[in-house]
Amino acid sequence: MSNIEQQAKGKKDGEIRYLTPLNIETAKAKKYCMFQKSGIKYVDYKDADFLMRFINEQGKILPRRLTGTSLKYQRKVAVAVKRARHIALMPYVADLLK
Amino acid sequence: MNHYETVFILNPVLSEDQIKETVKKYEELLISKGAKMISKENWGLKKLAYAIQHKKSGFYHLFEYTVEGDAINALELEFRRDERIMRYLTVALDKHAIAWAEKRRNRNKKTA
Repeated sequence: MSNIEQQAKGKKDGEIRYLTPLNIETAKAKKYCMFQKSGIKYVDYKDADFLMRFINEQGKILPRRLTGTSLKYQRKVAVAVKRARHIALMPYVADLLK
Repeated sequence: MNHYETVFILNPVLSEDQIKETVKKYEELLISKGAKMISKENWGLKKLAYAIQHKKSGFYHLFEYTVEGDAINALELEFRRDERIMRYLTVALDKHAIAWAEKRRNRNKKTA
């Protein structure tokens, strides 16, 4: 019994108590449009490796809310991915692409 | 005159001479329609992302040129009639695309 009491006491002694609340980052990193940030004006359908960032592992185009792309460039990305699919640089359907 | 870019995929069973002949045929067709060729690219035999006509690879070629819009219909009609062509894509280029195509060409020249 005394052992448990000692332990409990020891814990209390070792416990750190903060006077000011800990500074824990809860805000997530703000998403941004990578085209506007890096000044890309044209989305090239021939560059399949680059377009890979905008599709999921099934080959579907990712929504804006996940990639942070602005509407203007999301439209261009969508067209580019569709063109790349047509000339078989990217798959229409896939499994475990990444 | 508009700026266009065409990618086409040739059947992988063709011999090297047949490929050269086919590419030349379309280049001459474009020139006969008054096109000005800006660049030609040969990407070689590439693996397709999915099978086309039960084939898993194909010879990719890229043309960039300026021509009147009517010529595109004639070119695509020939593409459709030609069984050596498995797939084609013609895209009109805007000013940003032209700038990018030029940049890309210079970069390829440097690495090549």
